[in-house]
Amino acid sequence: MLKNLTIGQHYPVDSVIHDLDPRVKIMITMFYIVSLFLINQFLAYILVVAFLGLIIGLSKVPIKMVIRGIRPILVIIAITFFINLLMTPGEIIYELGPFNITREGIRQAGFMAIRLVLLIIGTSMLTLTTSPILLTDGIESLLNPFKKIGLPAHELAMMMTIALRFIPTLMEETEKIMKAQKARGADFESGNLIRRAKSLVPLLVPLFVSAFRRADELAMAMEARCYRGGDHRTRMRALRIIKIDYMAMMIASIYFATVIASRVYF
Amino acid sequence: MEPIIKIKEVTFKYNPEDKPALDKVSLDIMPGEFVAILGHNGSGKSTLAKLINSLLLPTEGQIWVKGMNTQDDDKLWDIRQSAGMVFQNPDNQLVATIVEEDVAFGPENQGVEPLEIRKRVDDALKVVDMYEFRRRPPHLLSGGQKQRIAIAGVLALNSDCIILDEPTAMLDPSGRKEVIETITKLNQDEGKTVILITHFMDEAVKAKRVVVMDDGKIHLQGTPKEVFSNVQRIKSFGLDVPQVTEVAHNLIEQGIPLSKDIISIEELVEALCQ
Repeated sequence: MLKNLTIGQHYPVDSVIHDLDPRVKIMITMFYIVSLFLINQFLAYILVVAFLGLIIGLSKVPIKMVIRGIRPILVIIAITFFINLLMTPGEIIYELGPFNITREGIRQAGFMAIRLVLLIIGTSMLTLTTSPILLTDGIESLLNPFKKIGLPAHELAMMMTIALRFIPTLMEETEKIMKAQKARGADFESGNLIRRAKSLVPLLVPLFVSAFRRADELAMAMEARCYRGGDHRTRMRALRIIKIDYMAMMIASIYFATVIASRVYF
Repeated sequence: MEPIIKIKEVTFKYNPEDKPALDKVSLDIMPGEFVAILGHNGSGKSTLAKLINSLLLPTEGQIWVKGMNTQDDDKLWDIRQSAGMVFQNPDNQLVATIVEEDVAFGPENQGVEPLEIRKRVDDALKVVDMYEFRRRPPHLLSGGQKQRIAIAGVLALNSDCIILDEPTAMLDPSGRKEVIETITKLNQDEGKTVILITHFMDEAVKAKRVVVMDDGKIHLQGTPKEVFSNVQRIKSFGLDVPQVTEVAHNLIEQGIPLSKDIISIEELVEALCQ
């Protein structure tokens, strides 16, 4: 169950998309997110799907792996869908007890669901094709100009790297503790929401204790390997913008321009 | 020859009112030596490792690494570079999500040039025989492989001395074998000074010198043969002797004339066949 979380999981193969500069990928992803919210008609989403399809195709990431990333947030998508469906005022089509389903509601709910799905797929493409270290390198490099106004760019990047590094470790640990508690008769599945939430306490307490111990040991290991913050630090892989990055930027610009055009002209 | 690590009358207390974790310990380690430090839990052996790496500072006494005092703040990073450290839990010392990027973490912190880092990382991974795993995420590797990555991380720092704090305690027997073979190779082929902290006797046998600690003090030291021939004393510290030595010891007690310093199966076989 917990292994399905694709966000933050890198899928290491050699592909054009993998080779792109992380800064370019981050910027494209940001424009992509903006584009999702700019779109105001269903037809334009075909363009988004085509763009996304192109990226997935080029990246050589199996489509199953991409789809799997949506599963953990299906509940959130469903909740958003129904809230929008039931709470949007407008022309009433169908009455459902105290709620009204409106034409605008259906439209709004559909948009939100599609947006969320595309948003998750798009952003998970970024993390699937970029090793977390490159990703944080990219973020650090993009945030560097803000260092002057006191933004701790390196520290933020380091925190992200470590968080990403420990996601699978802590997941494994959660599962292990769950099994250990189940073997002792703990019940995580039955009962109402409150009971189930309560049953998580014996899971979370050992998890937190162990996370703190890990943090302590990791800090010591980092110090032992001469870590002293971002100053004077070099990187093995220096980021460089090359031809392929310019091409990617061009394709992304065309995509973004088309999205804007679709909003303005149709 | 000057010792690479010189520990002089070091006392260490975690809290001023506690009894000392280390009590007036003195120890010299020569360049290229392979020293095993033995002791049960709470004997002070891990504390000693952290003191050498300047992760802790002595309450009393002095430690010099390559002539640099560990209390000298200016030399802190040189000391940590000279005496690299590998810890017990393989999961809690790998920083990066890709093997080669983790090995690069040390030299990156030192501000080494990118091309030089690349070279060091490749060399280090080849030495520990993990080169083909360089693009893998560490959480998919076995414990022994993770520990070898951690060792590669220290090698990439170009440390002359490698301190391993119970590197095999959390591994299965095959992982333990991998790690010990790697450590032996580092000492013999790469000429690294190795300090191996352990409570596995069959690992300590591989060292040139064994130091036995108990209750914050050094009680015995010498070659594995010298140390393990004191079966009764070793047992009084709550430690075991290697299984073969134990067998030999029991045979001697049964009146079979054998030498007291048998530490390997081959030696016992040979002695018995005579």
